[in-house]
Amino acid sequence: MSVHTLSVLVENKPGVLARVSSLFSRRGFNIDSLAVGPTENEHISRITLVVNLDELPLEQVTKQLNKLVNVIKIVELHAATSVQRELLLVKVKVDATTRTQALETAELFRAKVVDVGTESLTLEATGTPDKLDALLRVLEPIGIREMVQSGAVALGRGPRAIAANPAVRTLDRPA
Amino acid sequence: MSSSPTPRPGPPPGLSGPARTLTGAQSLVRSLEAVGAQVIFGIPGGAILPAYDPLYDSTAVRHILVRHEQGAGHAAAGYAQATGRVGVCMATSGPGATNLVTPIADAHMDSVPLVAITGQVPSAAIGTDAFQEADICGITMPITKHNYLVTDAVDIPRVIAEAFHIAATGRPGPVLVDIPKDVLQATTTFGWPPTMDLPGYRPVLRPHGKQIREAARLMSAAHRPVLYVGGGVLKARATAELMVLAEVTGIPVVTTLMARGAFPDSHRQNLGMPGMHGTVTAVTALQRSDLIVALGARFDDRVTGQLSTFAPDATIVHADIDPAEISKNRVADVPIVGDCREVIADLIVAVRQEHEAGRRHDIAAWWSRLDGYRATYPLGYDWPPDGSLAPQYVIERLGAIAGPEAIYVAGVGQHQMWAAQFIRYERPCTWLNSGGLGTMGYAVPAAMGAKVGRPDTTVWAIDGDGCFQMTNQELATCAIEGIPIKVAVINNGNLGMVRQWQNLFYGQRYSHTNLGTQATRRIPDFLLLAEAMGCVGLRCESRDDVDATIDKAMQIDDQPVVVDFIVGEDAQVWPMVAAGTSNNDILAARDVRPDFDAGV
Repeated sequence: MSVHTLSVLVENKPGVLARVSSLFSRRGFNIDSLAVGPTENEHISRITLVVNLDELPLEQVTKQLNKLVNVIKIVELHAATSVQRELLLVKVKVDATTRTQALETAELFRAKVVDVGTESLTLEATGTPDKLDALLRVLEPIGIREMVQSGAVALGRGPRAIAANPAVRTLDRPA
Repeated sequence: MSSSPTPRPGPPPGLSGPARTLTGAQSLVRSLEAVGAQVIFGIPGGAILPAYDPLYDSTAVRHILVRHEQGAGHAAAGYAQATGRVGVCMATSGPGATNLVTPIADAHMDSVPLVAITGQVPSAAIGTDAFQEADICGITMPITKHNYLVTDAVDIPRVIAEAFHIAATGRPGPVLVDIPKDVLQATTTFGWPPTMDLPGYRPVLRPHGKQIREAARLMSAAHRPVLYVGGGVLKARATAELMVLAEVTGIPVVTTLMARGAFPDSHRQNLGMPGMHGTVTAVTALQRSDLIVALGARFDDRVTGQLSTFAPDATIVHADIDPAEISKNRVADVPIVGDCREVIADLIVAVRQEHEAGRRHDIAAWWSRLDGYRATYPLGYDWPPDGSLAPQYVIERLGAIAGPEAIYVAGVGQHQMWAAQFIRYERPCTWLNSGGLGTMGYAVPAAMGAKVGRPDTTVWAIDGDGCFQMTNQELATCAIEGIPIKVAVINNGNLGMVRQWQNLFYGQRYSHTNLGTQATRRIPDFLLLAEAMGCVGLRCESRDDVDATIDKAMQIDDQPVVVDFIVGEDAQVWPMVAAGTSNNDILAARDVRPDFDAGV
């Protein structure tokens, strides 16, 4: 099994996310992460899916996704040729002795402090899953009160856009 | 089926032109008329009531009032399968809609073009657990090709046009349109034809030339090729092309349960049906082949048996209009995405080019092996030792007397398999059944729909006593609406297929399979039931009466007929590949394991 990032352009209509996510569960595939949001075109939303699958199940799931009438296009984004980011908000338990350590850690990871209290700091960080994991490992001994992490969002590198570009590897059809 | 940019057929006179003001319900009925719907099977109720008012005035659309929404759904499917047109059913919200779930799932599995229209509680009540509210779009999401919740009456013409287009094109399937009551009551405008907006729906019809040439090369070079023909060939109306391809190549043909009739049974190259209850020759031909050319078939588990041991030496050419079917179960060496009719037409040209170039392997040795299997293991049955009537004989005679022009519609179980085995199908769309979902109760309503679609054709439902008790209320619909179907109830007093498995795999412990329809009291008495439903009831209990009874039923054209054939309970369906086992282990009959290496 290997991790794949799929960028799925869908019509911006009610129920589309349910169609996509329920397709995964009823066909027996797991989703590692899912993020959905608007695009440059108000009629189109973009779903970024991270899945952990072998090549054949991946082909099958993309074909099944393509059968959904509201799905316009599916592109696999490879790590080397795309930028992939997750967003992390983490509330760190601090006191007079650990506050400096937490702030230094935030700086090292280019995390922003977005809320400050006498007993806590809330940090905002973006990055790859590896970077965010590393940040959490360093914050763990200081004390994490709660955290929330988004699914990955991703874009291909370079000037091309998937909506208009047939050269990007699409998964519309079998090889 | 071909894609069309605008809905067909065109609007009736007077419908086109500038938009005019009307209600959502009127817009719905206008849209159905304009899209060419001729028949709707349905039942009114609270939320769909506004639609039934303008429907009352429609002269272009015939509404048939069924007795249960499941009957409406299967009738629409039978209509679609017999005619190739889109079947339409209509129901109210909540229980009306949920009663459509089984036929929608059935149509989804068997790729039947169906449009289901349901009423929904008013928009403001959605999500409040209102009376007769059910989230039918959510419920049917996994079993429809697509579905719609209409939120604005102005969308109705577009949604209806899109629903029919999606149902009928590409790989056909069911589409559900859910319309809240206030949307039906709203004032709106109607214009036709609407502009369809389906940016994500582009079925691929034209096959790739390179793949076609590769397939033709393999077909000309193979030593043991088989054409594995599925229901997609019927959906694509490609049976004439299939005949040419088969005869040009000389390759043996197997027709799946969904494709019976796609290639004539009388043709020398037809080896019969593959699969769990297929002929020994068809199963073994696939199993021993070195090339399988799958045309509109999907390597269903009932065909492949244990997948890991299926056709171990075969190279796979897989042509289907649905890319997701290709390499889903068995990896295809040559995938071809396209409409079967175009695929087969292109294959004919490419194969001829191979032959003209002198490339054509002689498959006489393969044929002599297959003919050997065919001679040694023909389909057959034994008469029950207790002197009861053999159900296979009844079905065989029915097929012989009603002939290849008739339409045969089966329920699910032993009688279905016997009807697939012992009736000789010569024409496309003369065999309707529930293949994928295996829906007991399919036969009577589907036969009703088929008869409505093809009123000049004799339509026989071949049903079991178990199936028949699930949906026979539609006999009342048939009697009242003047739909003279004929029903042969193969009455063995049991859930026969389940009983067969209990006999084979559960130590003859017949847990809850005896229905009591044959016991001394006959509950229910199907003869009396038929009469109560306004049908003619006949009964046949002996071999000598079979032909005369069928003849008598054939002569009744103005009323539905139900024939209660009392048959033995111990008859079994053979051959059989037990579930989960390898096709290598097919049993020709009980304890008869073919020896394929012994001189045949």
